[in-house]
Order: sequence, then C-alpha cells, then structure tokens
Amino acid sequence: METAKKRILTGNKAMAEAIALEMERDPNVFVLGEDIGNYGGIFGSTQGLIEKYGSQRVLDTPISETAFIGAAIGAAAEGMRPIAELMFVDFFGVCMDQIYNHMAKIPYMSGGNVRLPMVLMTAVGGGYNDAAQHSQTLYATFGHMPGMKVVAPSTPYDLKGMMISAIRDDNPVLFMFHKSLQGLGWMEQLEASAEHVPEEAYTVPLDKAKIVREGTDVTIVGVQMMTHYAVEAAERLAKEGIEAEVIDLRSIAPIDKDTIIQSVKKTHRLFVVDEDYKSYGMTAEVTAIVAEEVFYDLEAPPRRLANPDVPVPYSRPLEDFVIPSAEKIYEQVKELVNEG
Amino acid sequence: MYEHMVKSRYYEDQMVEVYTEGKTPVFNIGAGPVPGEMHLSTGQEPAAAGICVHLTKDDTVTAPHRPHHHAIAKGVDLKKMTAEIFGKETGLGKGKGGHMHLFDPDAKFSCGGIVAAGIPHAAGAALASKMQGRDWVAVAFIGEGAANAGAFHESLNLAALWNLPLIVVVEDNSYGISVPKASSTAVASNDLRAAAYGIAGAYVKDNDPIAMYRASEEAVARARSGQGPTIIEIETHRYLGHFQGDPELYRDKAEVPGLRQLDPILKLRKMLVEAEGVTEKEIEKIEKQAKQEVDEAYQFARDSSYPEPESALKDVFTS
Ligand SMILES: Cc1ncc(C[n+]2csc(CCOP(=O)(O)OP(=O)(O)O)c2C)c(N)n1
Repeated sequence: METAKKRILTGNKAMAEAIALEMERDPNVFVLGEDIGNYGGIFGSTQGLIEKYGSQRVLDTPISETAFIGAAIGAAAEGMRPIAELMFVDFFGVCMDQIYNHMAKIPYMSGGNVRLPMVLMTAVGGGYNDAAQHSQTLYATFGHMPGMKVVAPSTPYDLKGMMISAIRDDNPVLFMFHKSLQGLGWMEQLEASAEHVPEEAYTVPLDKAKIVREGTDVTIVGVQMMTHYAVEAAERLAKEGIEAEVIDLRSIAPIDKDTIIQSVKKTHRLFVVDEDYKSYGMTAEVTAIVAEEVFYDLEAPPRRLANPDVPVPYSRPLEDFVIPSAEKIYEQVKELVNEG
Repeated sequence: MYEHMVKSRYYEDQMVEVYTEGKTPVFNIGAGPVPGEMHLSTGQEPAAAGICVHLTKDDTVTAPHRPHHHAIAKGVDLKKMTAEIFGKETGLGKGKGGHMHLFDPDAKFSCGGIVAAGIPHAAGAALASKMQGRDWVAVAFIGEGAANAGAFHESLNLAALWNLPLIVVVEDNSYGISVPKASSTAVASNDLRAAAYGIAGAYVKDNDPIAMYRASEEAVARARSGQGPTIIEIETHRYLGHFQGDPELYRDKAEVPGLRQLDPILKLRKMLVEAEGVTEKEIEKIEKQAKQEVDEAYQFARDSSYPEPESALKDVFTS
C-alpha cells in the first residue's frame, strides 16, 4: 500500500541522493570533477555531498579532463569506485582517449582481469540555445564504442535507481543525464523533472527499456526528452483514435532489443525519435534491429525523426527547427499510421 | 585603450539589462531576446585593452567563452557581434554561433566554448605568419583555470619549440567557475610556467591597465621580431557571476564591492586626466562616442530579423 504523503524530488536531487547513499555504504566510492564540490555540480548532481563527505571524497578538479578521468581509471583499477563528472558531454573531445581507448578497452584487453568499476557522468541535451558546443546528446557516439555501458535515464526515479546500479556495477558506465530533466531553478520547469522518489537505496537495471505508455497502433521509441515529447504526442493522438506505445530506451548500450521487438510485433509500426544526429545514430540502430528481427511484422516502413545532421544552432528559430518536438512527433506519427 | 575599456564596460552593462528581459519571474535561461549562457567580463577590461592597442588588423586573436572585451578591443564589428548574440540573421554567424562562438575573419578574431581550445588555434595562426614570412603575431586569451588544460601545455611547448610569435594572456580572475585558483593551480602564477618551456613570462598586478600595456608592448615586440612566445598573466577581477544567473555561493558577495572600488577604468581615467593632461571634455567625448556606438549596435540587433528556420540546414559545408 502506498503512503499518502509522497516525497517529491527533482532529477538532480535524486542523483545526488543515490551517490550519497552509495558513499555511505562503501568507503571506496568517491566523486571527482569540475565544480562538483561547493557548487554542487553545474547541473546539481552532487549537491550537498561535500558538506556530508568532505573534500577528501568529493574532489574539485582543475580543468584537466584527461588527467582526472584518467585518474579515475587508475583509481578504479586499484579497487576504488570513482564517479567522475564530465561537465557537458560536448567536452568529451579533450579527453576521449581516456574514455574510449582506456576506460572502455582495458577490461577487454586484459582478458577481463582488470576491472574498472567507475561511473563517468555527463550532461546532455539542448533546448535553451546554448549552441553547438554545449547542446549535444551524442548517445550514438558512445553507444558505438564497445566496452562501456551507456545509460540515459529520463525520470528522477530512474536517475536514482540507475545511478545506484551504475556505481555498484563492476564495469565502466557512462551515465548521461539530461539538463532539462534535472529540475534546476534556472531552466524551464518541466513536470517531468520532479516526481516521487523513495528514500531507500533501490536499483533499476542498466539494460532494460521501459514501456511508459501502452498502445496498439504504433511503437514510438525515444530516450530522455524525446520520450516525454512522445508521450505528449501520444496523448494527443489518442484523442484521434491512434494508440501509440511509447518506449523509453533508458539504456543506449546494451540496447534492450526484446522490448522493442515485442512491441513492434504487437503494433506493427515503428517510429524512432532522437535528439542526437540522424545519420549513423540511435534511430538507425533501432530501425535496423527491427528490420533484422521483425521485418515481416511491419505494416508500414519505419520512420525516424532526429537532428537533421547539423550542429545544434544558437538562434531560437533555428534550434527549434532542428530539435524534434512533441508537435513534430504528433504530425509524423499520424502520417505514418494513416499511411499503412 | 580607454575607449576600448569604456565601450566594453558599457556594452556589458547593457547586456546585463537585456539578458534579464523575458527571463523572469522564474529565471529561465532559454527565454528572452538573448538566450543561452552569458559570460560577462565586467572588471576584466585591462587584459584585453592593454594588449590589443599594440595589435594591428593583421594580428590574430583567439578568445574563450568570455569574449566580449577581447572582441571589442580587437575591433570586431559591434553591430554584427550584437546581432549574433541576439541570434539574428545579420549576426557574424547568421545566428548559428551566439555569444560564445563569434567569428570575425575581417578582424581576425575568434572564440569558443571549449576551454583552452583557442590556444592551439592561435599557435597555428602564429605558425602561418612565420611560414608566410610576416611579422604578424597571435594572441590567445584564456582564464587561469584554462592554464591547467592539456592544450595550454602542449601549445606552449610547440610554440617554444618552433619559436612562434604567440602570446598567451592568462586572465587570473581568481576563479574557474567556483574553483579558486589555489585549488586548481599548483604554482602561484602562470608566468612562472614560462620557465618550463624556456620562454618569457610576465606578471601584471592589480588589474593595472598601464602595467598591462607595458608588459604587452614588450611581448608583442618580442614576437614580431622573431624572438618567440610569451606568457603574460594579469591579476584581474570578475565582478559578476561566472555566467548570468550564477548563484555565486562559492564566494563572499562582499568581495565584489571592494573590487569595484579598485576599478581599472576609473584608475585609467584619473591617470589620463592627472598625468597625461587629457581634459575632462576629451574624456567625455570618448565616453559619449563609445556609448553611442554600443547603443546603435543593440538597436541594430533588435531591428534585425531572425533567420528563416530552414537556414539551419545551410553552412554545414562552405561553398
Ligand atoms: C574543456 C572544457 N572543460 C570544461 C568547461 C566548462 N567551463 C567553462 S568555463 C569554465 C571555467 C573557466 O575558468 P577560467 O579559465 O579561469 O576562465 P573564467 O571563466 O574565469 O574567465 C569551465 C570549467 C569547458 N567549457 N570546456
């Protein structure tokens, strides 16, 4: 039975709580990154940690991503469980060697003899006109490279549960959180960025997609903001008699093929939406999975909606044009269903 | 130099106002005529003005995410720059770049949002100058926080090795976002690091425009005459938050009023009147002109149209 009074947390607080609980449980867990101490993380993911655990376990670093992400790798190899924050995913460029040549490859190259139980968390997403070097999602860039789990939770509940799973996982996990879903005071306040989050430590698996809305006419696969937009579009479509099933992917790698396949078997139509670039991206991956596995179940060609392969522009009308919206999803899904 | 500093200050004062438009009651970073992050350099004017007076149109400047004072001192087209910050089609980048990504090839100015990334670009400009047999120099502006990035160290080693006409100006405003310099940098000042590359270093205290002018004069002459790179670190102050909307919980708010009393613009003004014999009238004329130019730039930006949404698809490749 549910209690009457439910504690509401924003995405960032849910994340910070997850980290705090794990720091409490395991002295090997520590956090490092830029402005994660007194500032509490630019996106609030480490709020309150330094007050609780001090600057020995919550380490503000210089702007030296190669050094501190590499140091997290070295410490993880010694049995520590570091959580490093790369402030914006866009900055991966300066430290990618550490991420994909080392963090993601050492466990494999060592024949599984070296474990790197670390989390690299990073902010993704656009929507507030921060332009091409601060607005990317890059799910595909990281999903493409074997050797790390790549997750992208969409709700405060999942942010907490998946962060706890990520910290406890013996593999390197790239944990992407969406800026707009952190519930910060200086961004547009979205309903989706706050919800009831239980106090205790609980886990949410790192490899399972979630059906967030059941439907029979079309499967919409999305992640983070796009899932929320898809639900919005689905509610509108429902008023016109189209029942869309919406899948929140949650995990980019490994990708939960089963949930997608089962859904398409039921709905016979596929729509994939992504805030990332279209070519070689998540939409292509999901479409390919469906084409390979359940092609003959489809009643219409699959459709994809994503950033049209341009850097994210600054000006508002340009950014609005490039990033998928609930409106665009609504229109295109409607077309797709009416087509076939 | 005074003109650049006044223009920059007034420009930023205006920006504080404009940036707040449409963002309240609940501060929403994406709303209003100027969305996105906004990093202002109020207080840091001497760093840019002190060196840019020694530069010509042919010299290259790269700046980081806090670029307005550098852009103004280097002579970037103020109207187009402002239009870009408003996201208008008349902007330097047709609305695609915004405040952190201003590119003016005519003024040989660029900036960017990835910390320290402009240093290698400046080294490249310096290399081009050398290969083409010019006496052009390149100046990279960075914050003291950026001096801990790999790009800083790699670029300076390269510039020293190849004896490039590169000057790196480190603006020490004490903080990299919330992290104080003492927690990020193992040496007291970055000019000391010059020794590691076998190049010249200079340190400018007290945000002093004149001292900055002198140190820069020397560094530019050194670079132009083929005697290699210099690191100049200037002690400066950021009066505002890291970005507009920064709660600044990491520093004592009382710090700022104290800093403002040491204002470099007032200091320079006083010096010009008292030591250089510039009349009040002449000063006021400079101030008035600077304000007028800034006002016109903001008006131009407001009056310009937004780009057509479909133009987002253009310019991925140049033609
Ligand atoms: C490679 C990279 N890492 C981190 C950031 C985030 N970031 C933007 S500005 C900044 C602080 C820069 O401090 P400093 O270089 O001292 O310049 P200031 O902001 O003080 O002018 C940080 C960490 C970034 N933009 N790029």
